[in-house]
Amino acid sequence: MTDATVNDTGDELILDKGEPPMWGFTVPVVAVFGGFFGFLAGNTNDAGLMGFILGLIYGGALGFILNSFVPNRTAGRWVVIGLTAVLGFVLGKWGGAAAGAIVGAVMSWVAYWIGRGHYRDGVPIYATAGQTLWHNTYLFICGFIFFFLIAPILTIIPLSFNAENFFTFTPEMLSLSPEGYSLKHYQDFFTNSDWQSAMWNSLKIAPMATILAVGFGTLAAIGLSQPHVPFRRAIMAILISPMIVPLIISAAGMYFFYSRVNLQGTYLGVVLAHAALGIPFVIITVTATLVGFDRSLTRASANLGADPVTTFLRIQMPLILPGVISGGLFAFITSFDEVVVVLFVGSAQQKTLPWQMFIGLREQISPTILAVATILVVISIALLTTVELLRRRSERMRGLAPS
Amino acid sequence: MSDATETSGPMLAADGRPLKASLNRALRRQKLRALMLIAPLLIFILVAFIAPIADMLFRSVENGIVEETLPRTVEAMDEWDADAEPVPGEEVYFALFRDMFVASEKKIHTRLGSRLNYETTGISSIFRQSGREVEDIAEIYEDQFDDLNENWTEEIFWAELMGDPDWFAEASATEDGPGPDFVLKEGMEDRLPLTTEAYLAFAEFTQTEDEDNPASENVWPLVHAMLYHDLTGDAAIDGYTGFGSEELQAAKEAVAEFEAVNYKQAFLDIDEDWGSADVMQTIKVYSPTYTPGYFLTAVDLQLNPEGVEAQPDDQAIYLKLFWRTVWMSLTITVATILLGYPVAFLLANLPMRVSSLLMILVLLPFWTSLLVRTSAWKVLLQQQGVINDVLVWSGLINEAGRLVMINNQLGTIIAMTHILLPFMILPLYSVMATIPPSFVRAAKSLGATNVTAFRRVYFPQSVPGIGAGSILVFILAIGYYITPALVGGTTGIFISNRIAYHISSSLNWGLAAALGTILLAAVLILYWAYDRIVGIDNVKLG
Repeated sequence: MTDATVNDTGDELILDKGEPPMWGFTVPVVAVFGGFFGFLAGNTNDAGLMGFILGLIYGGALGFILNSFVPNRTAGRWVVIGLTAVLGFVLGKWGGAAAGAIVGAVMSWVAYWIGRGHYRDGVPIYATAGQTLWHNTYLFICGFIFFFLIAPILTIIPLSFNAENFFTFTPEMLSLSPEGYSLKHYQDFFTNSDWQSAMWNSLKIAPMATILAVGFGTLAAIGLSQPHVPFRRAIMAILISPMIVPLIISAAGMYFFYSRVNLQGTYLGVVLAHAALGIPFVIITVTATLVGFDRSLTRASANLGADPVTTFLRIQMPLILPGVISGGLFAFITSFDEVVVVLFVGSAQQKTLPWQMFIGLREQISPTILAVATILVVISIALLTTVELLRRRSERMRGLAPS
Repeated sequence: MSDATETSGPMLAADGRPLKASLNRALRRQKLRALMLIAPLLIFILVAFIAPIADMLFRSVENGIVEETLPRTVEAMDEWDADAEPVPGEEVYFALFRDMFVASEKKIHTRLGSRLNYETTGISSIFRQSGREVEDIAEIYEDQFDDLNENWTEEIFWAELMGDPDWFAEASATEDGPGPDFVLKEGMEDRLPLTTEAYLAFAEFTQTEDEDNPASENVWPLVHAMLYHDLTGDAAIDGYTGFGSEELQAAKEAVAEFEAVNYKQAFLDIDEDWGSADVMQTIKVYSPTYTPGYFLTAVDLQLNPEGVEAQPDDQAIYLKLFWRTVWMSLTITVATILLGYPVAFLLANLPMRVSSLLMILVLLPFWTSLLVRTSAWKVLLQQQGVINDVLVWSGLINEAGRLVMINNQLGTIIAMTHILLPFMILPLYSVMATIPPSFVRAAKSLGATNVTAFRRVYFPQSVPGIGAGSILVFILAIGYYITPALVGGTTGIFISNRIAYHISSSLNWGLAAALGTILLAAVLILYWAYDRIVGIDNVKLG
C-alpha cells in the first residue's frame, strides 16, 4: 500500500542521483508511513481517521526536520525513538511505550532512508523510477516472506510466558505489566508426570536410534563411496527410501509387521523404526563429506607404513567426523521430532514428547505445549548452530574456503 | 609394478600371475569389501523397513480369513452355482454348521463377521448371534445320544473310544494341565470320519487354547452331531471290536429313529438373513485367499456377486479424498514456488555474508520440530488467536467478522506452505547459486530489457531448481498426516488421515493397506522422476 503511493509521487521526480526533492518526495512519502502507523495507533483508541491525520502530520514533520536540521543520523534516530515512545506511553502505558519505540525506530529509519536517497542503493545509477520502485517492492515482498517464515516460531515464545491459560496475548501482556507473565507453564512441564515421562521416553529412544543409525550408516556410506560398488544406484535407492516413503505408509507397514513379530508396543520396536527413519540422513551427510575426500591421503598414509585400521582412525575418521556428527544430529532430531510412526509402533509406555504434544493439541489443549515448543525451538537453534559450525570446520579441514 | 617387459606372453604381475587376472582379483576384492561394509545396513533396512512395507502390500490383497475360519464351507461352495440357484443347498449349510461351531468355540467367528461386514453391512450381527445358537443345534443330537446311553456324554468314555490306548492310559492318569498330546486310535479315521475330524478339533482346541485335558473336559456337542451323520451314513464299524464297539453298534441301530436336523432350516431359524442371496454370495465372492476387494473399495468400486460396480454415492469417498489430496498438495507446491522463488533469488544474489545471515531465517523453521510449527499455526489461526486479534485490533475486521482460518482447507494450506517452504527454497537456492551473473549482464548488454533478460536467460536456468523443489514438496505434501489432522478439521484432511483412521479406529487393515499402496505407488513414481531429474545422490541438507 505504502509503496504504491511512492509510485504516484515518485515516477517523474527521481531522475537525477543524489537526494530527492524535499517537498515533492521526501515529506509526502514519510508522511504516508506516519499516516499508516497513526491509523493503527488511532484504531486502538477507536479513532482511526484522527490517528491517520495526526500520523500524516507527524511523519511529514519528521521527514522535513530530520533531513533538514539533523545531519547526525544516530542522534536523530534516538531522539525520534524517545519522542515516539513518550507519545506511546501517553496513549497506552508501558506497552504503548514499547510499541512507540519500535514505531519511532522504523519511522526515523524511513525518514533518513527516503531523505538521503538510500532507497536507490540496490539499483544501478541509471535505473528508472519504475525499476527503483520494483526493486524496493521486491525487497519488501522478500521481507514479508522471511517474516512469514519466522514469525510463527517467534510468536509462541512470548505466549509461553502467558500468565493465563490463553493462546493469545492478553491485555496485561500487551501493556508489559509483570502480572501478565509467569513461568507457570514451564513449571507445569517440569512437574507434570505426563510431560516428564514423555520427555524421558524421548531422551531414551532418540539416542539409541541415533547410535544405531550412525553406526550402520557410516559404515555403509564408506562402503558406498568406494570406487567400484556393484548395484550402487539400487542400493542407494533402498537406503534412502525411508526418507521418501510417506511416514503414514512407513507407520502402517511397521505397525502390521511389528505386530506379527511382537515388536509392536516395545521400546526396541520404536528404536528400530526410528533408526530406519534416521539412516538416510546419515548416509546423505556422510557420503557428502566423502565425495570431497582426497584419496591420495590414504595412499600417502599407507606409503608411510600405516595399516588400513590406523589409516582409517587417524586419517579418514577425523576428516569425515563432522559429516558423521551432523548426520547423527539429523538422525537425532528425526527421532526426537517423529510422531507418526511412534503413534502406531509405540504403546502408552513409549509415549514421546511429540506424541504428548500431539495429544495436547488434539484433545485437552493446554498452554504447556507452548512452553515445550519454546524449549524445542531453543534446542533446534543449538543444533542448527552446531551443524553450521561443523560444516565450516569440515570445509576448512578439507582445504576449501568456508562459505 | 609388473615386470611385463621381460616376458613375451601375457603381462605378469609381481607374483607371476597374468596382470589381467591379478587386476580382476583386486577389483573383485574391492567390490567385496564395499559390499561387506554396506551389508549390515542393507540387511537392517531390509528387515526393519522394506519388510514392513512388503507386509503392507501383501495385506492389501490378503484375504485368508474366510478360508481359515470357514474351510469346509468354502469347499462346499465350490460346487454351488450361484447363477442357477441364488441360495445354496443343504450341503453348504451342513459345512457352515461345522465351521461355525468350531469358530464359535474358538471365538473367531466375530472377527470374520466384522471382516465381511466391510463388504455387506449387517453380516457382523448375523455372525455374532449365530455363534451362540449353533451350539443349540448340535445339542439336539447330544441329548438324544444321552437318552440312549449316558456313556455318550461321559468325556472319559469318548477319550477311551477315540484315543490311542497308550495315550488314554497316560491322559487319564494326568490330574492337572493338558496332559500328553492327543493321539488318535488307529483306524478310527476310516470308521468314523466326521466324528474323528470333530473330535480332533475338540482335542486340539482343549489342549492348546484352554490347556485342559480332553479326557476330563465335556465333549463338544458337535462330536455327537457328527457321530449321528457317520452312523446314518457309511460308518464302517462292523469289523470294530475294541472299546465301545457295543455302544456304537447299539447307537447305529438307534439313530434311524433319531430326530434329524435340517441345517438350512436351522440357520434360517437363527436369522432369516442366512437365507439371503446377498449374504451367502458375499461369503462365496470373498472366499479366495487373495482378493482385489480392498483395492476396488479404495477406488470407490465394490466387488459384488454380480461383478464389479460403483459404490453408492454416499459411500464413494476415496476418489474424492485422493483428488483433494492431490489438488491441495499442488496448491501448496505452487504456493511454495511463489514464495520461495523470490527469496531464493535474493539469497543467491546477495553477498555471502548477508545471505548466510538470512539463510538462518530459512534454516531455523527447517530445524524446528514439525509439531512446534503446527502448534504455532494453531495458535495464530484460531478465531480467538493472534492473527484475528491483530486484525480486530487494527480495525480491519470487526469482532463479529473474525475469520475462520483453521479446521478447514485454508488452515491446512497455510500451515503446510509454511512448513514445506524451506524444502523449496533450499533446492532453488542451490541451483540459483550456480547460475553465473554474467549471463544476465550479457543479455542486458545485448539490448534485452530486465524482464526479457530474466524471462529468456535467468528463468530457464533456474527451472531445474523449481523441478527439484516441486517434486520434493509434492512428495512430502501428499503423505502429510500430522498437520492436516491438527489444523484440517474435516474438510482439510488428506488420504493419510483416512489410512490412520482405518488402522486405529475402524480396524479395516486391508483397506488401509490398499489405500497406502496406491499412495506409495504415486510417491514412488515421483521419486523415480526426482531421481531422473535431480539424482538422489544430490540431495543436500542445510
